Amino acid sequence: MTTDTRAIEIGHDNKQGGLAVVEMEHVKKSFGNNHVLRDINLVVHKGESLVILGQSGTGKSVLIKCIVGLVDPDDGKLVILGQDVSELKSKELIELRKKIGFLFQSGALYDSMTVRENLEFPLRRQIRSTPKETIDSLVKEAMRNVGLAESIDMTPSELSGGMRKRLGLARTLILKPEIMLYDEPTTGLDPITSKEISSLILEVQKIYDTSSVIITHDIDCARRTANRIIVLKDGICAAEGSYADLAKSEDAWIRSFFE
Amino acid sequence: MKEKSSEHSEDQHHEAEIVPETFSEAAPDSIFNRFFLEVSSLATFTLRFFKEVFKPPYEFNELISQSFLIGYKSVSLVGITAFIMGLVLTIQSRPTLAKFGAESWLPAMVAVSIIREIGPAITALIFAGKVGSGIGAELASMNVTEQIDAMQVSGTNPFKFLVVTRVLAATLMLPLLVVLADAFGLFGSFVGVNVHGHVSTYLFFSQVFQSLQFQDLFPAVVKTFFFGFAVGIIGSYKGYNSSEGTEGVGKAANSAVVFASLMIFIIDMVAVQITSLFQS
Repeated sequence: MTTDTRAIEIGHDNKQGGLAVVEMEHVKKSFGNNHVLRDINLVVHKGESLVILGQSGTGKSVLIKCIVGLVDPDDGKLVILGQDVSELKSKELIELRKKIGFLFQSGALYDSMTVRENLEFPLRRQIRSTPKETIDSLVKEAMRNVGLAESIDMTPSELSGGMRKRLGLARTLILKPEIMLYDEPTTGLDPITSKEISSLILEVQKIYDTSSVIITHDIDCARRTANRIIVLKDGICAAEGSYADLAKSEDAWIRSFFE
Repeated sequence: MKEKSSEHSEDQHHEAEIVPETFSEAAPDSIFNRFFLEVSSLATFTLRFFKEVFKPPYEFNELISQSFLIGYKSVSLVGITAFIMGLVLTIQSRPTLAKFGAESWLPAMVAVSIIREIGPAITALIFAGKVGSGIGAELASMNVTEQIDAMQVSGTNPFKFLVVTRVLAATLMLPLLVVLADAFGLFGSFVGVNVHGHVSTYLFFSQVFQSLQFQDLFPAVVKTFFFGFAVGIIGSYKGYNSSEGTEGVGKAANSAVVFASLMIFIIDMVAVQITSLFQS
């Protein structure tokens, strides 16, 4: 475990040391006088599941929004799948986004569309010439993989919290992303559903061979899903290590997350 | 990284929020500052609309869908209101005209009033109330629930998909609704005329069309494109840039109606000046 501000690439498990899919170097982001990210350095390796922990307001969501391009960093270097994001043009950024999936905290489902239309939307937008049969089979496959095959003609308002998360995940997975970003995937769910979602994250990682970055407050979710954990504090990576390492940290503040 | 920020800022719906932040830091938070901030943000938003509207890919399917929702779904409200407007205007005007022995001028007077001013203005105000608030609330709610972010992440330009289509639909549909409202208004007037007497359909409408000229109809229709654009752009601007969570949804809907209605009167005032310039 380290308390350095830089990410350490020395492996804690067999997932580390592989090809880096996300690299952040000295990334900074402020909103007015609020310096949310002060100096973020981290690497996510291919096939790895990285969990980011931290108190509310420490910039966890801003961090993953930087990765997907929803927020532009003020300074620093951000390399995604070998491409320096600062050098990409709009079209290239859109192409890169196709390789990144983002599960929003609220699910961010399109209320005016049915479950099927929600799933078809990214497909129709990204691959405009996709035949209807291909779209149908991809939709069914995604629904099967998240266990929602029966709900295809319902509207998002008819779904429970857990189902909405599953649908959000299915919509993201339909484009077969290489990197999955999860913004508090278990927030607002009961312990059983949270456990199911955590298991689903692991399943998805196996089926789709994705690398994952998971923002969470749910320590059980972190324990189940993490290959490696980074703790954010005051806009920097305050600690990094495996669940077991951090749970035994000498720093009482870090240990408090795991108690 | 900073250079890239400005390059990509067009893709982000946070853009309009960033501008006011910078301004408000530099100047005290007075009513005037807030007013000019709002105007500058709206101008930036409008410029972005014109930039995006000509850039492919074009969202024809969504434009048709929005035109249906904005135009067709407003037909009954606009039709009923216009009918009542024509009826009431006729019944109210009759006694005054009768005093001067000019009762026979009633169809002509009502027709000119409806076609030139009352039809476009009242329909636009109803349109602002129904469509402007609807666009404002819908986009604000999508903003709050991160649906706009989700759209962007899935590789869709949300500005083009949500804003450009709604503004175009509002701009194209309002003139059609106004023409329809004019027809319903004239029919209401015909019914109003017949409440106290008997005037044949042929006589009524021949008086109506004799009194109307091209310069009555043309400027009235042209200005409705601007009314529709104002309703669409203000509703979209308020919704797209809303904040403050669910409270912001209500505020966005409310301020969209208030600003759009105000803008309709301002455009109308300018249009009247321009029209009279050409007529003189």
